[in-house]
Amino acid sequence: MGDHHHGPAKGLSRWLFTTNHKDIGTMYLWFSFCMFILGGTFAMIIRAELFQPGMQLVEPEFFNQMTTLHGLVMVFGAIMPSFVGLANWMIPLMIGAPDMALPRMNNWSFWILPPTFLLLASTLFMEGGAPQAGWTFYAPLSTTYAGPSVTYFIFCIHVLGLSSIMGSINIIATVMNMRAPGMTYMKMPLFVWTWLITAFLLVAVMPVLAGAVTMMLMDVHFGTSFFSAAGGGDPVLFQHVFWFFGHPEVYIIILPAFGVVSQIIPAFSRKPLFGYDSMVYATASIAFLSFIVWAHHMYTVGMPVSGELFFMYATMLIAVPTGVKVFNWVSTMWRGALTFETPMLFSIGFLVLFTIGGFTGLMLSIAPSDFQYHDSYFVVAHFHYVMVAGAVFSMTAAVYYWLPKWCGRMYNETMGKTHFWISFIGFNLTFFPQHFVGLAGMPRRIPDYALQFADFNMMSSIGAFIYGASQILWLYNIIATIVAGEKIDKPKVWDGAEGLEWTVPTPAPYHTFETPPKIDPAHAHS
Amino acid sequence: MTSQTSTEYEKYYVPEKSRLAVCATIGLILSIYGAASIMNDMTFGDPGEATSSWTIFWVGMFFFMATLFAWFRTAIRENIAGMNSAQLKKSYVLGMFWFIFSEVMFFFAFFGALFYVRNLVGPWLAGEGEGGRMNDLLWPGFEYVWPMMQTPQEAVGGASAQLMANNGAFVSPNTSLSFADAAVWWHWLPMWNTLVLLTSSLTCHIAHMGILAGDRKKFNLWLTITVVLGIIFLCLQYMEYHEAYVEYGLTLNAGIYGSTFFMLTGFHGFHVFMGMTMLLIQLLRSVIGKQFTATDHFGFEASSWYWHFVDVVWVFLFLFVYIL
Ligand code: HEM
Ligand SMILES: [Cu+2]
Repeated sequence: MGDHHHGPAKGLSRWLFTTNHKDIGTMYLWFSFCMFILGGTFAMIIRAELFQPGMQLVEPEFFNQMTTLHGLVMVFGAIMPSFVGLANWMIPLMIGAPDMALPRMNNWSFWILPPTFLLLASTLFMEGGAPQAGWTFYAPLSTTYAGPSVTYFIFCIHVLGLSSIMGSINIIATVMNMRAPGMTYMKMPLFVWTWLITAFLLVAVMPVLAGAVTMMLMDVHFGTSFFSAAGGGDPVLFQHVFWFFGHPEVYIIILPAFGVVSQIIPAFSRKPLFGYDSMVYATASIAFLSFIVWAHHMYTVGMPVSGELFFMYATMLIAVPTGVKVFNWVSTMWRGALTFETPMLFSIGFLVLFTIGGFTGLMLSIAPSDFQYHDSYFVVAHFHYVMVAGAVFSMTAAVYYWLPKWCGRMYNETMGKTHFWISFIGFNLTFFPQHFVGLAGMPRRIPDYALQFADFNMMSSIGAFIYGASQILWLYNIIATIVAGEKIDKPKVWDGAEGLEWTVPTPAPYHTFETPPKIDPAHAHS
Repeated sequence: MTSQTSTEYEKYYVPEKSRLAVCATIGLILSIYGAASIMNDMTFGDPGEATSSWTIFWVGMFFFMATLFAWFRTAIRENIAGMNSAQLKKSYVLGMFWFIFSEVMFFFAFFGALFYVRNLVGPWLAGEGEGGRMNDLLWPGFEYVWPMMQTPQEAVGGASAQLMANNGAFVSPNTSLSFADAAVWWHWLPMWNTLVLLTSSLTCHIAHMGILAGDRKKFNLWLTITVVLGIIFLCLQYMEYHEAYVEYGLTLNAGIYGSTFFMLTGFHGFHVFMGMTMLLIQLLRSVIGKQFTATDHFGFEASSWYWHFVDVVWVFLFLFVYIL
């Protein structure tokens, strides 16, 4: 084994057998982009059907398969792996570690994903089609009325959970054990902090999801009655177990995004992050609170009033640490020497639109009002503001921000800005009108709708096509950069950026920090 | 093993490229595809039709197990070759700790389901509180006791008497496995199981003290006893299941009591099996390979943590499934 000063292996085996955090990060990122396209295709089919009232293109069953797979692929295939990819690439670079703590397991975490999603997507072609019960797969839709594809789906969830848990354990071990001397916890870049806490959430809730699908499996095939009142169980039990996982899950999605934005905004404001310590504490409190708010997704199932009240107040509490973060980002920009390169544009887009999503979340958290909003397009608008304009925008920002470091070439700034503006307009055109149709009572997950919703839905669909198309521009820009972008070789690609990742050469060599760097206090928490 | 006295920076060992991950994936995916197909054949399939599900499953499992074997063997060899720095060892410690934590959360889901059913669903189905309207509308006459010896379905006179909300036939048990229902206390298996498992935690600890003192004989002896106790536990558990199915009518489709009982004890039993296998492997490593020293025996230590964890889960099971 001996000598480590070597480059990557040649050919396919480099990728199949690699233990290198940068290779694995790259694979995660490309894989999640593929899933982003796949999930996006499903979304386009949904919006095409909803372009006009009435049934035009697809059968209702197929429509349900599309909403289900769109959600599953985007959450588990696109967003989560993309941030794991980012963690793989950046955490060792940011804390001055030679690699991830457990490199072989790291490779396994990744390689589980492609065949699993292949299996999941292949259920589309099975008899009876793909699962149709929505990405939240409530019982009894997913048990009593399950087709054979649900069984495959259940096992897919099991192994995706395995992959997430191993990935998270790796991140935790890396952050706790591999920091360069002098890199104390409170000197870590915020992206590392948010990922440490996210990894903790993942290890805590993925097993609970595994429990939920295991109970489903037993109900479907082995006659148990977890979700069946006739045997003394309760379908609502499914919702409790699912959302005990599900709400922390939405923070698993957004916390790394918070981390990314906390790296980028200071860089383009040329100021240190405002309120670093409070950012750390806010992240930790959000993580803690995320365990005690799950039933805000279930206000209408008939909980006792005391339960409604508890979950309502707890949910509202989350707005406090979230608000701290938003104020800190704004204060970071205040009186900064701002410039508006593409990563910054996407980060500001994140800031504005995520805040809107936070506010609609606050509206939804009010139990009595939620009886009106629940299961309507208002909820769809809410979570797309936080998940697309939140998580996906920040991921987009991250790619523009670190791509030059990854490949040693600069992307095309004009094209990047164009991408931002088209995405921004397309996104808002898609989802802003959904607030209105939702408040007016249009239910989600239905392939047809009443005539009065026609105009807003047409706007939504046009916006969705615009947003979808602008991602092709992004893909083109990425590939053009990798193949023929303008070369850069200075370590610090952005003059305002701070952090260890900007001290290594550009492009980042295959192995970095084989001996730990000296931590210069100026480089600590960018 | 080299001593860790050097103050110089020690290189963190990053393994060369490795086939393990890809092989493990192939095995894993084949196994789950096979397992899902087996269940689908069973529930949706035509019983006369021959399928290759079992073959796929076993091929996958074989591949998976072989890969895991190779994986651990590689890790052990690296350690023996002195490639693992103190820092890398700490990564393994952290890995094991958080793995056990994830297992705790898995059991938490099933315990949570048990508490929810016992404290909320049961009373609601029987007409209590705000959820109680279900009782008049769907399950008139259902009364709630735990262990639930009569399912709501049977309380209303079977599926034919209440067509709307049935999705399966749930046949009530005739005897529960609770302490209260035990005929004579020394025939009550759970108590013996508890004794066996608690003792095994103790013997495991004695084995640990043995290796810490560099006393291989003591280590081997007490570890053997631990493994044997694990096997005894599994045998007793098997007897209990047999009794439940054959004599007590307590089955997987005996309603929520049977569901929670078998899932909790079943997953626990499976974990005992895993822990026992882990300890057995450590025993073989010590007896045959003469591995482990007073300062370097992480393979055993990790397995023993797992064993103690399984033990603690049992204590909770004993309390909430059998006693209370
Ligand atoms: C201020 C913070 C937030 C609050 C108070 C909040 C509140 C809520 C509430 C009450 C619901 C349930 C609405 C209903 O079904 O009637 C909901 C739904 C949802 N939220 Fe949030 N939310 C917040 C932030 C987020 C974030 C950051 C994300 C993800 C990144 C997110 C993702 C979702 C998703 C995916 C759903 C819908 C799940 C479904 O039914 O399919 N939320 N939110
Ligand atoms: Cu939530």
